[in-house]
Amino acid sequence: MTSSTADQLAPPASAGGARRDNTGAAPTWLVVAGILVVLPALIPVLALLLRVVGASDAAWATLASARTVQLLLRSIFFAFVVTTAATSLGVTAAWITTRTDIRYSRTWSTLLALPLVIPSYVLALSFTSFAGPRGLFADMVGIGLPSITGFWGAAVVLALATYPYVYLVVRATIVRIDPSLEEAARGLGSGATEAFRRITLPQLRPSIAASALLVALYTLSDFGAVSLMRVDVFTRVIYAQYQGRIDRTPAAVLSLMLMLIAVTILWGESRSRGRSVYFAAQTPRPPTRLSLTTRQRVTTYFFLSITVGLGLALPVMVLGAWLLRGLVTGGVIDMRWGAVLGSLSGSVAAGLLAMVAAVPVAVLAVRHHGRFSRVLRTTVYAIFSLPHIAVALAVVFFASRYLGGLYQSFLLLALVYSTLFLAQASGATEAALTQINPNLEEAARGLGDNRLNAFRRITLPLILRGLMAGGALVFLTTMKELPATLLLRPTGFDTLAVRIWSTANELFYARAAAPALLLLIVSAVPMYYLIIRPRHQT
Amino acid sequence: MPRRFIALISILFVIAAACGGTDDAGDSGSITVYSGRSEELVAPLIEQFEEETGIAVEVRYAESAELAATILEEGANSPADVFFAQDPASLGAVALGGYFRSLDDALLDKVDAGFSDVEGRWVGISGRARVVVYDSEKIDPATLPTTEDDFTDPAWAGRLAVAPTNGSFLAFVAAKILIDGEEATLDWLEGIRGNNAPTYPSNSVIVAAVDAGEVDAGLANHYYLFRRRDEVGDTIAANHFMTGGGAGSLVMPAGAGILASSENATAAAVFIEYLLGEEAQTFFADETFEYPLASEVTANDELPPLADLNPPQLLLSDLAGALDQATDLVAAAGLL
Repeated sequence: MTSSTADQLAPPASAGGARRDNTGAAPTWLVVAGILVVLPALIPVLALLLRVVGASDAAWATLASARTVQLLLRSIFFAFVVTTAATSLGVTAAWITTRTDIRYSRTWSTLLALPLVIPSYVLALSFTSFAGPRGLFADMVGIGLPSITGFWGAAVVLALATYPYVYLVVRATIVRIDPSLEEAARGLGSGATEAFRRITLPQLRPSIAASALLVALYTLSDFGAVSLMRVDVFTRVIYAQYQGRIDRTPAAVLSLMLMLIAVTILWGESRSRGRSVYFAAQTPRPPTRLSLTTRQRVTTYFFLSITVGLGLALPVMVLGAWLLRGLVTGGVIDMRWGAVLGSLSGSVAAGLLAMVAAVPVAVLAVRHHGRFSRVLRTTVYAIFSLPHIAVALAVVFFASRYLGGLYQSFLLLALVYSTLFLAQASGATEAALTQINPNLEEAARGLGDNRLNAFRRITLPLILRGLMAGGALVFLTTMKELPATLLLRPTGFDTLAVRIWSTANELFYARAAAPALLLLIVSAVPMYYLIIRPRHQT
Repeated sequence: MPRRFIALISILFVIAAACGGTDDAGDSGSITVYSGRSEELVAPLIEQFEEETGIAVEVRYAESAELAATILEEGANSPADVFFAQDPASLGAVALGGYFRSLDDALLDKVDAGFSDVEGRWVGISGRARVVVYDSEKIDPATLPTTEDDFTDPAWAGRLAVAPTNGSFLAFVAAKILIDGEEATLDWLEGIRGNNAPTYPSNSVIVAAVDAGEVDAGLANHYYLFRRRDEVGDTIAANHFMTGGGAGSLVMPAGAGILASSENATAAAVFIEYLLGEEAQTFFADETFEYPLASEVTANDELPPLADLNPPQLLLSDLAGALDQATDLVAAAGLL
C-alpha cells in the first residue's frame, strides 16, 4: 500500500492537519512523570554499562568470536521467522473473532488468548514429551512420532507462545476502527479480503508493529523453549556465562549486545510505521460481521482448531496425563494456595503499576515526538529485551546496598516486574492512543479545561481499553516470570511459576502438572473479564 | 465492576502481606539459608530441623550458580547466613570472593577431607556421581567405556547427549582441565563436538530424553534416574558408572558454608551439623539417592558403594578457579 493511497483513504477527521509527529513541547508534569517512570529501568541498564566499561579482554574476546557472531545471526533469523508466523496468526485470529459470524466467538476469543499464560518452557516440554519414539503419543496410540526438536520445532512453539501478543493488541484496535470505511469499499465492489487488506490492515499498522516488536524481543530473550528444543541461539551463551563463570562481566557484555539488537529493531519498527495516521471512529459501533460461506466456515474452524489445539489443548492434555500418572502411581498432589496467592498478588500489582507508568511513556511517544520521548521509549524496550537474570542481579547489587528494607520486599519485586514488562503496557497504550484524534483534546482545552483535565476527561476514557489490554499483558507475563522472582522475592514468597520450576527441574513432571494447570485457570479468569468481555459489550 | 475489582485486589494484598510477614523468630534464633538444592528435595529435612532445634529457617531457593552470583553482588550486605549449594564450583566462587568464614574443625572432621574445601570454608554434605545414562534396550552395558575419553570415537556420533550450559557439566570440564590439562580437555570437547553430540539444557532433561528413546545415552548425574523411577515406575534408561578414575568418575559433593557477614553463625553451625548428622545423611541416602558423606551412613542398596567408584584425586577447592577456563574451552570447541 503506498502512502498516497492511504492518505486518500484516511477518514476526514485527519484532514485538519493533525500529524503523527506532533512535536509540541511536553508539559513539565509529563516530563517529570516520564523521568520517574523510567528511573527504575535506568538503574539495571546503567549497572550493566558500568560493568562493561571495566570489562576484561576475555569478555571482549567472547563477544568477537566467530561462534558468537554466528549465534547472533541465527538468533536474529529465528526471531524474524517467529515474528512473521506469530503476526500472521495473531492478525488472522483477531480478524476472525471480531469480524466474522463464527459461532461461540466469545469462547474462541478467550481460548485464543490463553497460550500466552503457558510458560514457553512448559509448552516446549509438552511438545517434546508428546512426540518422540517413546513419547506420550506412542504410549497412547502405539506409533512413535518423530521427535519435535530443532529450529523449526522451536519456531512453532514460540510462534504459538507469542501470537497472543499480536492477537490481543490488534484486537483492541480493530474494534475501535470505523467500520463504515470498509463497508464503503465493499459497497464499491471490493471483496471482503481486499477490503480488509486495503482499508483495515493499514489502520492496524501501528498495533501490528507494536505487538510484532514485543514478539521479536520476547523471542530474542527466550531461553527455556530454545534450549529444550535444542536450538543454538544467543541466549544459550549468555546463560552458560552465568552458570559457568565466576566473572560476571562477559555475561553483562553479551546481555548488552542483545539490548543493542533490540534497540536496532526498535528503530526499524518506528520507521516501519509510516507517516499516515488513522483515527478511530469517535462513536464506534459494532461492524457488520461477515457471514461466511460453508467453505470459508470450514477453513476458519480448521484454522482455529489447529491454533488452539497446538497452543492450548496439547499442553493441557500432556499436563493432564502427567497429573493422572502422578495420581495413579500414588504421588501426592501438593496444592499450595500460597503460590496461587503469590502469583496473583505479584501479577496484579505489576499490571496496575505498569498501567500507571505506561500513560506518560505512551503520551510522550505519540504526542510529543522528540529526543526525550525517544530516549524514554528506547529505555523501556531495552529493559524488556534484557535477560531477566541480568536485570535481577543488577537490582540485587543496587538494592542490597542502597535500599535497606526494600531489598527482597514485595514492593520492590512488583516494581521490577512492572519495569521489566512496561513495554507491553506502553506498546498497547501507544497503539490505542495513535487512534485518537488530538483535536478532541484540543477542543476540550479550547472550552476551558486545563491540559491534565482535558487528558483525563477526553483521552483517558478513549484509550482505557488499550491501557487495560496492556495491563493484562503485563499481568499474564508476570504470572510466568521466574528468574527475577527467584532472586528478588521476599523469603517464603511462593508463586506458581516457582512451583513449576522447582518440580520440573527435578524431573517430577507429575508434580509440576498441578501448578501449571492452576496457572492457566487462574490467568484465564481475569483475562476474560479484562479483555474479552468488555469488547463484546460494545 | 471496578469497585468490586478494587475490593478484590485490596483483599489479595492484605492476605499476601500477612503471608509474607511470618518471620517470627523461634526461641533459639533464626537463620536465612540460600539453597541451591531444590525445595522438592530438602524442604522436609529443613522442617524436621526446625522442629528439633527450635531454630526458624528462612529459605531462598534458586539455582546454585545464580545464588552464588547473588551473594557476590550482595557482598557484605547479604541477608544469608548459610549457602547450601549443589556443587563445589558455586561454593568455590563464594569462597574465592572471600564471603565464607572458616568452619570449626568439629564440623570438618565429620567428612573425608577430599570432599570439603582445603581451607575449611565449606564442607561436603552429600555426593553426586557423574554417570553415563543409557538406553538399556539399545546398548549392552558391557560395551560402555570406563572413561569419558572413548566417547570421541566415531562409533558414538550423534549418540551421546551433553548439557554444555549446565553447571554440573561445566564443573566436570573444570575437573578434566585439572586432571588432564587444558590441551587434552579442548581436544576431548572438540571430539564431542565433532561427533555432533546432541546438546540439552540440563541433566534431568537428558535422563528423560534417554528414557523416552530420543537419544541413546548421555552424560548426567546419577540420581536423576531415581527421580524418574519415582514418578514413572520402571525406566528403560539405566546408569553406568565410569570407574576409570578420570573426570568421568568424578564424585561432586553438594555442600554448605557459613557467610562471613552472618550474625547468626552459631545457629548456622547447628544447621550444618544437623545436615551432617545421621538423620539427614540417611535422608540423603534413601530419599534423594545421593552418597552420604558423614556419620557412617551407607549408600542406598541400589547404588554401587562409594569406595568402588574410583573418583579422581583432585582438590575440589581448585574447581572454581578452573571454571571460567572450562566455559571458555566449551565455547572454543563450539559447544555453546
